[in-house]
Amino acid sequence: MRKLWLALALLPALALAQDMVTRDGVTLTQAQETRAEAIGDQLRCLVCQNESIEESNAKLAGQLRGIIRQQVVQGVPDQSIMNYMVQRYGIFVLLKPPVSPLTWLLYAMPVLALLLGAVAFFAARRGTAPPAPLTDAERARLDELL
Amino acid sequence: MIPELGHFALACAVALAFAQGVVGIFGPSLRDARALYAAPVLALSHFAAIGFAFLALVWAGVVSDFTVENIADFSSSAVPLIYRISGVWGNHDGSILLWCLILSLCGTAVALFGGGLPASLRSRVLGVLGLVSGGFLLFTLTVSDPFARLWPPPLEGAGVNPILQDPGLAFHPPVLYTGYVGFSVAFAFAIAALIEGRIDAAWGRWVRPWALLSWCFLTAGIALGSWWSYYTLGWGGFWFWDPVENAALLPWLTGTALLHCAIVVEKREALKAWTVLLAIATFSLSLSGTFLVRSGILNSVHSFAAAPDQGLFILALLGLTIGGSLLLFAIRAPVLAATGIYAPISRESALVLNNIFLCAIAAVVFTGTLYPPFANLLFGIQLSVGAPFYNQTVLPLTAPIILAMGCGPLLAWKRADLLPALQRLWLAGAAALLVFLVLSATRHVIAALGLAGGAWVVIAALTDLAERVRLFRVPLGNSVARLATLPRGAVGAALGHIGFGVSVLGIAGMTLAVQKVVVLQPGQSTELGGYTWTLQDIHDAPGPNYSQRVADITVDGLTLHPSRRFFTAQHVITNDAAIHTNGFQDIYAVFADEPAGGGAELRLNRHPMAPEIWFGGLIMALGGFLSLSDRRLRVGAPSRKKPEGAVA
Amino acid sequence: MSPLRRRLLFGIPLALAVAGGGSFYTILRRMQEQKYDPHALPSPLIGKRPPTFSLPGAGGMQGFANTDIAAPSKPMLVNWFASWCVPCLQEAPMLAKLAASGLAIWGIAYEDDPQALAQFLAQNGNPYQRLAADADGTTAINWGVYGVPETYFIDKTGIVRWRYAGALTDDVVASALNPLLARYS
Repeated sequence: MRKLWLALALLPALALAQDMVTRDGVTLTQAQETRAEAIGDQLRCLVCQNESIEESNAKLAGQLRGIIRQQVVQGVPDQSIMNYMVQRYGIFVLLKPPVSPLTWLLYAMPVLALLLGAVAFFAARRGTAPPAPLTDAERARLDELL
Repeated sequence: MIPELGHFALACAVALAFAQGVVGIFGPSLRDARALYAAPVLALSHFAAIGFAFLALVWAGVVSDFTVENIADFSSSAVPLIYRISGVWGNHDGSILLWCLILSLCGTAVALFGGGLPASLRSRVLGVLGLVSGGFLLFTLTVSDPFARLWPPPLEGAGVNPILQDPGLAFHPPVLYTGYVGFSVAFAFAIAALIEGRIDAAWGRWVRPWALLSWCFLTAGIALGSWWSYYTLGWGGFWFWDPVENAALLPWLTGTALLHCAIVVEKREALKAWTVLLAIATFSLSLSGTFLVRSGILNSVHSFAAAPDQGLFILALLGLTIGGSLLLFAIRAPVLAATGIYAPISRESALVLNNIFLCAIAAVVFTGTLYPPFANLLFGIQLSVGAPFYNQTVLPLTAPIILAMGCGPLLAWKRADLLPALQRLWLAGAAALLVFLVLSATRHVIAALGLAGGAWVVIAALTDLAERVRLFRVPLGNSVARLATLPRGAVGAALGHIGFGVSVLGIAGMTLAVQKVVVLQPGQSTELGGYTWTLQDIHDAPGPNYSQRVADITVDGLTLHPSRRFFTAQHVITNDAAIHTNGFQDIYAVFADEPAGGGAELRLNRHPMAPEIWFGGLIMALGGFLSLSDRRLRVGAPSRKKPEGAVA
Repeated sequence: MSPLRRRLLFGIPLALAVAGGGSFYTILRRMQEQKYDPHALPSPLIGKRPPTFSLPGAGGMQGFANTDIAAPSKPMLVNWFASWCVPCLQEAPMLAKLAASGLAIWGIAYEDDPQALAQFLAQNGNPYQRLAADADGTTAINWGVYGVPETYFIDKTGIVRWRYAGALTDDVVASALNPLLARYS
């Protein structure tokens, strides 16, 4: 609570020093807005098809953006804000799923694909040996032809 | 009357397509000249039938015949003519018909321009195309019929989705589908060759122009789609990693790998198995993309409203096509043994490296797109895989490709020395380093890396061309003369790489974009990106089927007019972004809302290098088309000269 | 490499495709049988108590707080709705039927206007034993509500056992709600 009062007290000073923006009913500094946008970019808009809450025009998205900005102004760390959302909407709201045994395959895929590719490459090369060197008889025949 | 004729033509098309399929594949085994040459005729008739059916549907749209359910549901007479036409493919049933039309067009192209192919191969290629067409036409006719009737007809149609009423959108699906579906030809070549049991350098040469042509259209289609969403959707983004976008990107990735592999098969008879598998995979990904969008399995902004029943039918078609082709691939494995050998450092190896990374990116995008439904099936959980995931996994994988793209063209076949090649690339390396150092001062590491990478690719490709014309080593006039006589394939390939580099520059530049959301009263100004933006006025400007509010904004001596449109029929509001470009930067303004307190809520953006994203795509496609015009690609199999005095 | 080994190696893509195809088939069948909806969200409240809240009354009725539903005498429903929501209109007869059969339904009007709400209740009946108003949507966000109508099933111990997003239909009541009532009564 004290932090909130402090932040509110400092607000006018900050307004003189840097650009203040108002977004979704919350007034904050440009730096805070950038941080809030970065958080919002990782959260899914639940009433849209595959958009983040930053991109969406939906009312619920606007409300969630407002909540994020309020918490950013209060100095709540990013992870806590994300947890706040996950607590209410489940991991579906995260556009990048948490790393857990259930998502190992997803996150391992880049490395896995490269490994498979490398294996295939080397296996294919092993299958083709360079031609055996010419025997003397073959060499003689070659000289004859040329 | 005309829709009924169209419906009948559709039924004829199904029969003709299956006939083309059966006769095409089994004809050559019959050792009868008539059977051997029947497939092209059937392909042309099949195209005529479905062409007529498609025109009938377009006619119904143009005259607003609301007895046709499709037109009643997705069009209206208030819509301008061009959108009555393009609206035909803006919905599920119509777009499947377009898909089938283009598939039959591919068959026609092979029938007309495949004269240089051995007759049996051409017949079998047409046969495979016929079977695939037949399957999808059957689907269209039975489950997804665009000619279904509605009686009594409504007085007015439901209207075209306002977001679709845009010239960019009129061109996007046909171009994209031509690319998407065009890879069916490469697929058919692969299957035909597997059936015949022969993959050789000649096959590589025959398949390459078809793969290249589809690739050009697919590149252009994806670029158009991305550009369209940039200027229509009003957020300033150009790629959202939406499942439907991924469905178009996946065949592009494997198609690019296929293109490069086909070169190696033609020149060195190596990488046969890769090439065939990639040809199968690319079209399979196109088919799977079609299935996924229409099945309702995925959450996507683009999804057509479709039913699981239709999804099951398409799944069956996919099972037959993909399962059958991969089974054939496994059975014919011994035929695909490599005969060419190459050293670890060589152009072949660089191409293989390129393929591995392209396919790795494809694997990541594929896994990410399908993970939500699979996680639900296997673990019972509901999760999202969105842009943050893809950006963090795909972008690092592009780095090795960018590096390899620079060196590859300068390496020799079979065995190359890396050091001399790198020495020749000194200029590209120096430019990249310079760009990186200059930009890292701004503390934007990703942008610095990206711009350096783009510079590397562009200058490396130019270096390749310079080497070929012996720039600065012979008099300038000689170099210019050499340039004019360079094989078009070489110039086309260099342009392709340059185009990619330019796109990379564009994408990297966009990471430096700045944005601001403000509410301004008329007369008020704000600062962004070094410019002063002033809202002058807000006024009305009604249109043919919408009412509109326009905001006039002056910035840097220009006036922008972003607007909001209210489409009465569908109760939809769209935001029309105002974009001004100077070729190297976009200034982008969106009129987001009119708050109750007056004034306008505006989203203002400055996008450095944005136009380069799509210029790059255009250059890539042009490079591809230039390569296609290379005379060498049009030389087919030599035909045996008839012995003197023989009876025809 | 022997031809057989080569064939087995080259058969790997086929095996992957078959596995993928089988999975897609299963997913589609489940969608047909309504067991899987790609657009549905599981509620994190399931197995937990509703969050702390206290909302004023609406429509002339008494509002309620989380303490009031901490230990209901029998299983109950909390129905989030609004007068401006079309599926809520479609759901109203079903709610009336459920209320008449003895099921306790407490309602929360989401971001609604008092006059419109009164008109809605007058036109469609009032199946609610208590009716609260969440005018700004804050409580809805704490519940994880993302649209209306949404219905929460709360058992005798005050634990949320089920959340349904969408209008309650005969199918949903028969396949999901009735078994729950049987299980938690």
